Order: sequence, then C-alpha cells, then structure tokens
Amino acid sequence: MSTGMVPNTGPQAPIPPAKNDAIMDCDIKELYYGTFKAVRDTKIPITKNAITAFIGPSGCGKSTVLRCLNRMNDLVRGFRFNGQVKYRGKDIYAPAIDPVAVRRYIGMVFQQPNPFATSIFNNVAFGLRINNFKGNKTERVEQALKRAALWDEVKDKLHNSGLSLSGGQQQRLCIARAVATDPEVLLMDEPCSALDPIATRRIEELMLELKDRYTIAIVTHNLQQAQRVADKTGFLYVDTTQGGRTGYLVEFGDSKEMFQNPKEKHTRDYIRGEFS
Amino acid sequence: MSEKKPIPASNQKETGTLLHRVENEAERDPFAGVDFEELELSLYRPRTLFSVILSWIVTVMTLLALVPLFAVLLMLIWRGGKKLSLDLFTQLPPAPLEQGGGFGNAILGTLLMVGIATLITLPLGVLTAVYLAQSPGDSKLASAVRFSAKVLTGFPSILAGVFAYGAIVLATGGYSAIAGGIALSILMLPTIILTAESAIAMVPAKMKEASVGLGATGTQTVWMVLLPTAMPGILTGVMLAIARAAGETAPLLFTALFSNYWLMSRSHFDLMQPTASLAVLIYNFSGMPFKNQVELAWAAALVLVTLVLITNLIGQSFSRQQNLQ
Repeated sequence: MSTGMVPNTGPQAPIPPAKNDAIMDCDIKELYYGTFKAVRDTKIPITKNAITAFIGPSGCGKSTVLRCLNRMNDLVRGFRFNGQVKYRGKDIYAPAIDPVAVRRYIGMVFQQPNPFATSIFNNVAFGLRINNFKGNKTERVEQALKRAALWDEVKDKLHNSGLSLSGGQQQRLCIARAVATDPEVLLMDEPCSALDPIATRRIEELMLELKDRYTIAIVTHNLQQAQRVADKTGFLYVDTTQGGRTGYLVEFGDSKEMFQNPKEKHTRDYIRGEFS
Repeated sequence: MSEKKPIPASNQKETGTLLHRVENEAERDPFAGVDFEELELSLYRPRTLFSVILSWIVTVMTLLALVPLFAVLLMLIWRGGKKLSLDLFTQLPPAPLEQGGGFGNAILGTLLMVGIATLITLPLGVLTAVYLAQSPGDSKLASAVRFSAKVLTGFPSILAGVFAYGAIVLATGGYSAIAGGIALSILMLPTIILTAESAIAMVPAKMKEASVGLGATGTQTVWMVLLPTAMPGILTGVMLAIARAAGETAPLLFTALFSNYWLMSRSHFDLMQPTASLAVLIYNFSGMPFKNQVELAWAAALVLVTLVLITNLIGQSFSRQQNLQ
C-alpha cells in the first residue's frame, strides 16, 4: 500500500459478502491505558453505507472505541487491547497488519478542526501526496472539495491558508481532506462539538450526502444529532462497580427503535435526561 | 413634547412617573457623604508617592540599559563610518605603514566559516531536535541530550577553539577555514537544537494527529507537517546562532588564525589554509601602533555589527511569520 495508488474501491482481494452488510465488526473484550481499564465488552457492527452513532455520557469510552477502528489508539502510550476489530473479515489488530495502511482505508475527522498550516489546496492534496498519487491532483482536490460542500466557497482562494477559513469551513476542509483519497470508512469524533448550530447543520447534511459513498461512524454528545443522522446507534455507559470507570456497550440497534423504545433502563434514563 | 402631540392616557401616565423619578434622582446628591479630599491624587499619601517614584526608577533604568547599546553603535558609526568605502570590501589588508587597503578577504572568510558551520549544524541540529521533540517524555537519552545542549549553550567559546585545535588543526597539519567552521559549529549547535526543538514542540498535537489519521507514516508526518509548520521558528534559531558565531574571535584564533591574502593557493580556491575573519582582524589591528590599521579595525567592527544586525532582523521577521500563523 505504501508505494501503491490511492485506494479507490478498497482492497483488491475478492470481497466476502459480509453478514448484515457489516463492513466492520468491532469486538472489544478489554481495553487498557496502562493499568486503567477504559472499555470492556463492547461489540458494535458498522453497517456499510450507513451512519452509526456512538452516544453516552462523558468518559464512557465512546471516542476510545471509535479510535480503535483505525488504530489511532496505537499512538497512546500504554494502550493494550484484547479483542478483534474486523474490517472486511480481516482483523486489523493482527500482527501482520500495518496500521498506516489501515488508516488509508479508514479515515478520520477530529473533534477540533485541524487543517495544516498550509494552503487549502495543499491541505486536501496531502493524502494524495503521502500516497504518491500520480494522476491529476487538481481534479481530485476539486472533487473532494465538492463532496465536502466547500468548493463554491473556496474555489477562488485555493492558495489561501487553510487556517484563514471559519471553524465550520475548516471542519469541511478536514472532511474534504479525508475523502480526497476515497477511504471506505470515515470515522468522525464529535465533528460538530466546536461549531455553531448553523455550521453543525451543514456538516449533518453533508454526512447524509456522504453516506451513499462512504460508511460513517460518528461519536456525538448531541442526542438530537444522533437522532437526525444516525441509522444505527450504540449507547455506552460507565461502569463504576469494579473500581475505576470502565465504559461498556449497553444497547445497540436501529436509531429509531432505540430513541423511541429503549430496552435498557440506563438508555431510557440517559435519553430522557434523567441521567445523574 | 407632551404639548405638541396628544399622547394616550396610559402612556402619559408612565412618562409622567418616569420623569418624576428622574427628577427625584437628580435632587438627591449621589456623592453625599463622600470626602472629596480622599479622591484627589496626592503625593502626600505614601502609596501614591511610592508608585510614582517606582515608575520613575523603572523608566530611568530602562533608559540606562539602552545607553551601552547606543553608545557602542554611535561610536562605531563615528569612528568606523568615515573610513567606509568600496575599497574596504575589495582590497586586502595593508602592510604596516602602508596606506589604504581593506579587508575583503576577512569578510569573505567570516561568511565562509559561518557558512561551513551552518552546513554542519543545520542538519545535525534540526534532526536532533526532531528526535528530542518526538521522543516520549521519560526518554533517558533525550533528557541527557537536552541537558548537554543546555550546558553547551554556556560553553566558553575559547574552549571550542582549543578543542577544534586539538581535534582538527593538529590532525590536518595546519590552520584552516574548515577547522574554523567546525569550531564555530560547536558554538552554534546547542542554540539550534534547543530553539528547533521548542519550535517543533509548538506544532499543535492536533495537526500531528490529523496527519497520522490520514495514513501518513512517521517520516511523512515529520517531513510534511512538523518541519514545514515549525520552519519559521527553526530559522529564527538558526539566524540567532549565525549572528552569535559571526562575532566570535577566540575559537578562530586557534583554528583559522589569520591571513593577509585571499583563500587561494596556486591560483585555485583552497579551504585548507589560514583564513582571515572580521573578528580576528579587529583583534589584531586594534592593537597595532599604526593609525591606518586602527582605523581599519573600527571600520571592520562597523561592518561586522551591521552583518550581525541584518542576520538578527531576518531572524525576527521569521519569528513574526510564525506568530502570524
């Protein structure tokens, strides 16, 4: 992968038809940061061309779970993991897997808009550069900016700094940067928490447009947001009974079903705002 | 106003009560019971007097601190300025009792040796800084290197010269521009390492995360994100180090010595022979009993200070760029 082309349609190997169209299967048995047990018993399938949301109170490990999906947790010292994260049937934590290659198929958009201190064009072209993309960069950058619904606002100033844009525009720039290399899955870690309501709405509309082409997993604090955009929702909660604060999956299912008719008491309390 | 326009009864009533209240307020003295003597600025009150005196002391001290800087500059311009001419930059130093002459070879020698030192320290220093900035907080090697660099910052420059004399001059069999450049690089290295490390560490962690999240390798992250973003800060450090090295005399006395000639041997360019520099020329000529040489030393000092000043200004403009980001 490191010398190859930009992934266009994912791996070339024959694609086994995944069960329930789950393109990823996350099964965390135990996850530690040093001696701190952060997450346990969390099993979440990520459905292809759908939006899967992770909700739950602060510190319940939803960002941690999301970061397992493209091995971003590898950067954290003391990270230990017991379980499997399957992408198209292959465990991405298997020793033979290169985490760098994984991240080229499973892209990420962060909580804080984080464009590089360079031009808008170079920001979007970054992914193409690191993949030694030999084709028409200008075309791919335009395409990515259009997909991120930013093209009309920046087409006349592609060589201005990415940092000169507003917060919402910066976040869409980061989305454009992530989709420029055509990953198959997009992970979004509270992508709207630093934005105002109007910019938030734009990003939400964008997510709904993007799910035709990409599979999206999103962490959000905002229950309304999960209701508005997510097809599937997982609710995580904090377990304090074993000492420490360990997050675990309480309930997972179709968003409509979960918000209207939650099965578990914890979920019901949280959704109704009776969470202490 | 109420005379001109008929106002609805309810409104009139409200306006009336409002006006009434305002009048009442005006009647009452808001400063009743306040002793106005207390509010006046008075030097008889100890805390006011203290504050005024301290303000004066701070101002006077600041002006005093500026005296040496401007005194030196003025003296250089006054004593060195009158000798300024194009000849200074093109001619060789004169022999005793000879008139005219210049120090073109010394300017070239200073630029050359600082250039050699920069070529050595830039890759070494910046790559070391990358290692330091990227290593985990409890790395023993990183803290040892960081400590050594800090110690080396206060290293007496004459020792750098003695070291280069022992290591290079004796080994290669003579004074040379290369030896001079190496001696200067010892002095430049710690400044470059420490400023470059802090410039790299100042790159926001979220940018690094973005790069890794897009599937960049560690090398790609360093080359395409960390170094370009930190570049203005790194260049500021490099310029400061260059400005310091350009003015050093002691290390060059042991390594490059001095020369009255251009860096040529048998009509081709040669780095392996004694080399003139502005700092050593000032040192040599200022002690001579000849008027012409002493005047040349003043002019050389002015040229050197101007070069250092320009380097510093370039460095400042880089750091301003970083702040603008």
